[in-house]
Amino acid sequence: MSEVSQATTTGDVAAKMVVDGVTKRFSLGRGREIQAIAEASFTVEENEICTILGSSGCGKSTVLRMMAGLETPTTGVLRLDGHEISGPDRERGMVFQAYTSFDWLTVRGNVEYGMRINGLPKQERQDRTQEFINLVHLDGFEDAYPSQLSGGMKQRVAIARTLANDPSLLLMDEPFGALDAETRWHMQELLVDIAETANTTMVMVTHDIEEAIYLGDKIVFMSSHPGRVHKIIVPEFKQGKRYRSKEEVLELEGYRALEREIMGLMQEQGAKGEH
Amino acid sequence: MTQPSSRTERAPWLQLRKPVSSRQSIISALFIWTLFFGVWEGMSLAGMVNDLLVPAPHAVIATLFDMLANRGLVSDIIISVWRVVFSFGIACAIAVPLAIAMGSFPAIEAVFNPFVSAWRYLPAPSFIPILLMWFGTGETPKLVLLVIGVIFFLITIIMDHTREVRTELIETGLTLGAKRWTIVRTIVLPAVLPHVMTAMRQMLAVTWTYLVIAEIVASTTGIGAMMMRARRFLHTDEIMAGIVVIGVLGLSFDILFRKAHRWFFPYIQERRN
Repeated sequence: MSEVSQATTTGDVAAKMVVDGVTKRFSLGRGREIQAIAEASFTVEENEICTILGSSGCGKSTVLRMMAGLETPTTGVLRLDGHEISGPDRERGMVFQAYTSFDWLTVRGNVEYGMRINGLPKQERQDRTQEFINLVHLDGFEDAYPSQLSGGMKQRVAIARTLANDPSLLLMDEPFGALDAETRWHMQELLVDIAETANTTMVMVTHDIEEAIYLGDKIVFMSSHPGRVHKIIVPEFKQGKRYRSKEEVLELEGYRALEREIMGLMQEQGAKGEH
Repeated sequence: MTQPSSRTERAPWLQLRKPVSSRQSIISALFIWTLFFGVWEGMSLAGMVNDLLVPAPHAVIATLFDMLANRGLVSDIIISVWRVVFSFGIACAIAVPLAIAMGSFPAIEAVFNPFVSAWRYLPAPSFIPILLMWFGTGETPKLVLLVIGVIFFLITIIMDHTREVRTELIETGLTLGAKRWTIVRTIVLPAVLPHVMTAMRQMLAVTWTYLVIAEIVASTTGIGAMMMRARRFLHTDEIMAGIVVIGVLGLSFDILFRKAHRWFFPYIQERRN
């Protein structure tokens, strides 16, 4: 177990990632539009794990995709280390909910991919590949093809592939959403492990309250119709610590209260969505 | 507890959606062909059909071996195979890169697709008269016919498969720092290649169809031309031998492609047992 100092003051000039007054409208054709995000402003600090929580349709994935540069905001601006985001880049690696392993490459080939296309020298590439395969506990499976792996293992390949490419920010869109409950639990604990070892800033989108509280140093709670940042929650009961055991967190004084509070927020949203 | 013998009990032959063993599928295939030739041979022996119009299977096989050994059938086979392979090679050399570019970049598709989809509806044999006027009776009109017979279908099928390469794979490449053409080369291409090879296998069968048309209409060489010559002299056994040769060749190419598919794409797990 380790402690991580948290600088969670919003508006901090030294924030790693700044989402500033972002809105997003999608055109549906024939002049019709849909307001996906009415207003989103928050920051992500260096080495922080930030979870974006909300029910479906709140635009949480859209915010993440804008961070990745895969969508552009209609108004507002997103900045990483003070530079405005204008498109996808290797500094912002993304892990998707759908499996994205390259079927034609082995585990080693997959993890190596980003470094290969970015022209890293062979020796360094091989060393880093092994290092990150070990980090996600896939040693022994280097020469396996994705079709031979389980869902959890495929997601570990995706995480290793993204991290080995040395991004400044790791973005994850419900990465464990397709996994069974037990595998998801293990993957969440593994992610805390990775965050501690690799010192990576992470932003993760989820609709799972438990996951958002366990992993999040900060929880950005979004509401729907239209999507907006409703509340930024820092789970004070964790006292700025990260726990390798999820069970420990679930049993902490204060966990239940926060879970109930967020459930209440979600139900409020649900009731509003009915009308 | 059930008796251990119940485990070896025969399962019913008809099982809903249950795959059959490879042994059973071989036996089944042999059965249907044996039945076909058996009925045919039996009808010939019983004198139920005119020998001149429907020679018995053993007579066809005997003629086939005689033609292979003594009557120059091998050179007809070689020229036909060469025409198929050469023209199909040209069609693929154009269709595969173009279709992948069209499937990857909507701007390229917007240019070529209106053209390609119109050509698909024009039956290739309708070009035979004009091809004969332009190119005479040499190899060129046959090769051109074979190329236009398959190239537009190849382009459409491969383009569709390219479009189906999942967006998440491309976006993964983008967030790993890959540029457009790097993504086409290192993600789209390897993702679509197994489908390209399947499309090629299917369209090669169509090439054989056009080959026979071309050789029957306007050729003095090749298997089709040999069959038309035989017709003139009422040699039905030779015509049937030609049909057998085309069938065997087509099947061989098909098997070759299947083997190559397994060889090139070992990571594709076949869900059979």
